[in-house]
Amino acid sequence: MALQEETAGTSRVLQKGAPVLSVQHLCKSFGSHTVLNDFCVELYEGENVVVLGKSGSGKSVLIKCIIGLLKPDSGSITVLGEDIPSLNDEALDTIRMKIGFLFQSNALYDSMTVRQNLEFPLRRHSINLGQEQVDQLVHDALDDVGLAHTMDMMPAELSGGMRKRVALARTLILKPSIILYDEPTTGLDPITSREIIQLIKNVQQKYHAASLIISHDMDCVRMVADRVVMLIEGRNYREGSYGAMISEKDPLIKAFFE
Amino acid sequence: MLRSQNWKQFLEETGALSRFTSRLFSQWFRPQYEISEFLRQCFVIGYKSLPLVMLTAFIMGLVLTMQIRPFLVDYGVESQLPAMVGIAIVREIGPVITALIFAGKIGSSIGAELGSMKVTEQIDAMEVSGTNPFKYLVVTRVLAATFTLPLLVMLADAVALYGTYLGVNIRSTTSFGLFWTQVFGSLSFGDVLPAFVKSFFFGFAVGIVGCYKGYHSKKGTEGVGRSANSAVVLSSILIFIIDLIAVQITDVLGLN
Repeated sequence: MALQEETAGTSRVLQKGAPVLSVQHLCKSFGSHTVLNDFCVELYEGENVVVLGKSGSGKSVLIKCIIGLLKPDSGSITVLGEDIPSLNDEALDTIRMKIGFLFQSNALYDSMTVRQNLEFPLRRHSINLGQEQVDQLVHDALDDVGLAHTMDMMPAELSGGMRKRVALARTLILKPSIILYDEPTTGLDPITSREIIQLIKNVQQKYHAASLIISHDMDCVRMVADRVVMLIEGRNYREGSYGAMISEKDPLIKAFFE
Repeated sequence: MLRSQNWKQFLEETGALSRFTSRLFSQWFRPQYEISEFLRQCFVIGYKSLPLVMLTAFIMGLVLTMQIRPFLVDYGVESQLPAMVGIAIVREIGPVITALIFAGKIGSSIGAELGSMKVTEQIDAMEVSGTNPFKYLVVTRVLAATFTLPLLVMLADAVALYGTYLGVNIRSTTSFGLFWTQVFGSLSFGDVLPAFVKSFFFGFAVGIVGCYKGYHSKKGTEGVGRSANSAVVLSSILIFIIDLIAVQITDVLGLN
């Protein structure tokens, strides 16, 4: 595939079995308010990890540090062998081509059509593709989320669930190795939430991408998580499979899983 | 206590705006150049403001003429009406009124647009998509505002003078040729150039304030409204301050 050829060879070769994403001893404060305090998480190829925590516990801050939108105070973030905080703009741009990010608010550009929204990352990442290839990639990405017919619509004309799907299609268009989901089911009704969760699973199966999912939706955790990391008071409180978590006796964990 | 807090807030805001402006200049000439977005913004900011600016300019010229006429008639210098209104429009009223209308339309629209993009994470999404959002959104808008306002001012001056011509002919008859001869005969290089130059600064002020307020929008949708509103207020105040400084400079240079 042309796109894969274009993005190939842009990051270091990972050793077999090494995590594709590694966050170690991450600390981040805003003024006197400490949000992340010595947080660690690792993500392996093809794995789905859900970071679970209360609202305001620093989940979104974590994911924004990983993608390089926020600078951590200390600690290391390694994505596909690259130390994110030390990268310059150009290197960060290159590594971001391999990371998909589904924003909590979808972050679709209001002034652009669905097609233009999907074309934007392709054109901006300085990938040399012809119009035919771009059209094909846009169509394929929208087809994956079942919305190929919305190509020339404006985001305002779509429902909340459709906007989320389009945002997911935009995330997938660069065929990322890692996908970061920031609360993918927030603000959606239970039925649409389940559809989005199913879509995340389908995407994972099709693209074999590793996914880090920030959520406090227990349906999402149950259906998607290979591993759950509890983020409480800025640090790893507990880590394990969904099955291990539901059998926990700790009241803080039980409060989530009951 | 409240007063010292206000002062602190004012100084913090001034410092933040200065840093924002210096960031703009540091990125202004650095590649990658967003030419197509700049041209799109020139269309949105300049061309789409034309009807409003032209309409207000025409009314301004007409009303100003009708208001001044009785005063000149009392002194028996009615024949000086085209020259007097012409100078007033070209030197002061044209640039300032156009800039204020521009601030109301464009300043608020930039503030609201960028504010909305900020609170819905569109600016973050842009950065993740390999785009420098500051260059793409801020530099292009500030440049477009800076370069389109002087053009709008020139067009507004011309339309306002047509309004003046109509106003002059309501109570008397002056030929088209004589009217323009009187207007241009009274204008000099020193009238036109300072007005033209200060229009660039007015446009820059509107662009930078709108972008600054939108880019630093907070507190959800309420913050977007506040950004739009404060962009208009602050840029309008800055227009008057720049005008005051421009008059002093023109005076010192002997162009008055």
